[in-house]
Amino acid sequence: MRKVLTTVLAGFLTAAPALAEKPDDGLVFESAEALKGKTVAYLPIAMGFDLTEAWVTGLKQDAATWGYELTIRDPNWSVDAGAQAFAQLIQEQPDVIVVHPPEIQAYARLIQQAERAGIAVVVMSLKASTNADYFIGPDWYDMAVEQTRSAIEMCGKSKGGSGKIAVMQGVLTNPTSQYGIQAIEATVAESGGDIEIVSNQAADWDASKAHAIATTVLQANPDLCGYIGMWDNMDVGIAAAIREAGKQDKVKLISSGGGNRDSACANIENGNFATYISYDAASQARDLMMVVRGLLQNPPEEPGAHPVALYTPLRAIDKATMHPGSCWSLDTLQAYGP
Amino acid sequence: MMAARTRSPLSQEMIVAAIAALLFAAFFLTQPVFRTTDNLLSLLQNVSILGILGLGMALSIIGRGIDLSIVTVMAMSSAWVLQLANSGMPLWVALLAGLLLSIAVGLVNGVLIAFLEVPAIFATLAVATLNYGVVRTALLDDNLVYLKADVPAWFHAIGGGSLFGIPNPVLLFALVCLLLHLFLRYDISGRFLYAMGENPAAARITGIANRPLTLLQYAICSVIGFGAGMILASTIGSVETRIARSTMVYDVILVAVIGGIGLSGGKGGVRNVIIGTALIGVLLNGMTILNTPYTVQNIIKSVILMLAIVADSILNPRDEQTSQQGDI
Repeated sequence: MRKVLTTVLAGFLTAAPALAEKPDDGLVFESAEALKGKTVAYLPIAMGFDLTEAWVTGLKQDAATWGYELTIRDPNWSVDAGAQAFAQLIQEQPDVIVVHPPEIQAYARLIQQAERAGIAVVVMSLKASTNADYFIGPDWYDMAVEQTRSAIEMCGKSKGGSGKIAVMQGVLTNPTSQYGIQAIEATVAESGGDIEIVSNQAADWDASKAHAIATTVLQANPDLCGYIGMWDNMDVGIAAAIREAGKQDKVKLISSGGGNRDSACANIENGNFATYISYDAASQARDLMMVVRGLLQNPPEEPGAHPVALYTPLRAIDKATMHPGSCWSLDTLQAYGP
Repeated sequence: MMAARTRSPLSQEMIVAAIAALLFAAFFLTQPVFRTTDNLLSLLQNVSILGILGLGMALSIIGRGIDLSIVTVMAMSSAWVLQLANSGMPLWVALLAGLLLSIAVGLVNGVLIAFLEVPAIFATLAVATLNYGVVRTALLDDNLVYLKADVPAWFHAIGGGSLFGIPNPVLLFALVCLLLHLFLRYDISGRFLYAMGENPAAARITGIANRPLTLLQYAICSVIGFGAGMILASTIGSVETRIARSTMVYDVILVAVIGGIGLSGGKGGVRNVIIGTALIGVLLNGMTILNTPYTVQNIIKSVILMLAIVADSILNPRDEQTSQQGDI
């Protein structure tokens, strides 16, 4: 009897830890196992600015939680250094490469090369001419259409505006500019003369260049009603020019960007931007995190064969629609995750 | 000082001035918007930062050197000032810190060039990279720094305000022109700088302290860079440090050299920079008014600059007498 008791007790004791163990639902251990020990490489245009820092927070969090290795290469705005880093990464054979191409053509061949080497590729935000396994980012055409519609709404002759708008592009070989300007021109043509583009210039994403150009454009077009900018970080230069000209009530600046509080909501609050189309980089960070998990668990048999597009839902923000959740801040994102 | 090179009565300075005047006249006559006072002021405002940096560059070139770190100093020290101000430091302390940082960078340039005798082009190139890297990793949180702190209104007025209808950056450009002109023409160090640029060995033999003078030269360059950075930062309310890695420094060299400051040193002055800046300013402003496409603008800009250089080399051909060691 005593022996039986001991056996039962011993059995109970050894069984006890098993009670705290997670039940195997047929997926939970398998998925964790699939992520462990894998390698993911992240190659943005540059680190150190809101978008790329936001996207990487999700990957960092997952790398720590699931035990995959995250390699970050920072080419610091240099297309050459980026292409070199990409080629190097292909040699290193990670499981997934996440790239953020500086120009439409820059990484086209490298993406194909990576795919041939059996590496899954995710393209972030800036569409490349070669399709990868996933694209996560805004549909730049749609975004510029929204911006232009907003300009028509505020500046169209039928709405009592002067109908004159100006456009500030970024880097011309960048999809934001390349698809964006087509959308703007098409939407303006569609308006049937309700608005017209009186100036179309490019400022290389540089706020000081944008400031200089906008100062002249405002002089040349005293009845300008709207300004479409293509990135918040550059558009603050246009805003400064409008402010200096004392035309904050007359010229509406329509900007776009990743919805970082300092660049987006702060500028709507202080009247710099009239409308802002956000592609919420914090949600994109979450999308990226999940896509990478998916690719690690189910690596494509033939990378690049079936490209998937995850276009980010766009969010128009102005003074009327702005709410506490409209923007995100990098500090909070880094502290609490996307 | 220009006499050594001038064979035709037209110097490069005059050729460039003539081209600038022609362009100005063309825009003035054909574009009603161009000839408004406001537009002419904004023309000046838009090139005032470039002009100020050009003055710093001119100073380094006159002393037979070059300062490739001036744009980095502009971006990094002004970004640091904004970050310090954001962290709650009183603005004047932040400004002082930025100023000291820029002077330190200038002195490092000077020591490398004067005492270790590293050629200026390599020394300042290395210091530019070092300055960017160290400030970016050790002092800055981000590439792009917004001014978030509540700073006194005078700070925004530096770049954004105006006096008697003239934008402050234009007045500041004029002020730096005046100060540098006084320094180069009337200060002993300024006069010695020409001597050192013209012939360093002879300057040394005659008793000029070349080494301390070089330190002073690069420190002033850096301070000018810092000043330009603060004007830019207060205009836009943010600093994008990416500008430090851009090709802007070539534009700055161009402004100085196109106006007729010989790269071999010892030649030129403030007037040359003003002429170079005016040419670029008129070109950019006119083409923006005409809404010339960006790519075409680049072509026109380079063709006109090339014309100026070609005209100079035809009218003032180089030969054994006029060329000197150090000519590029």
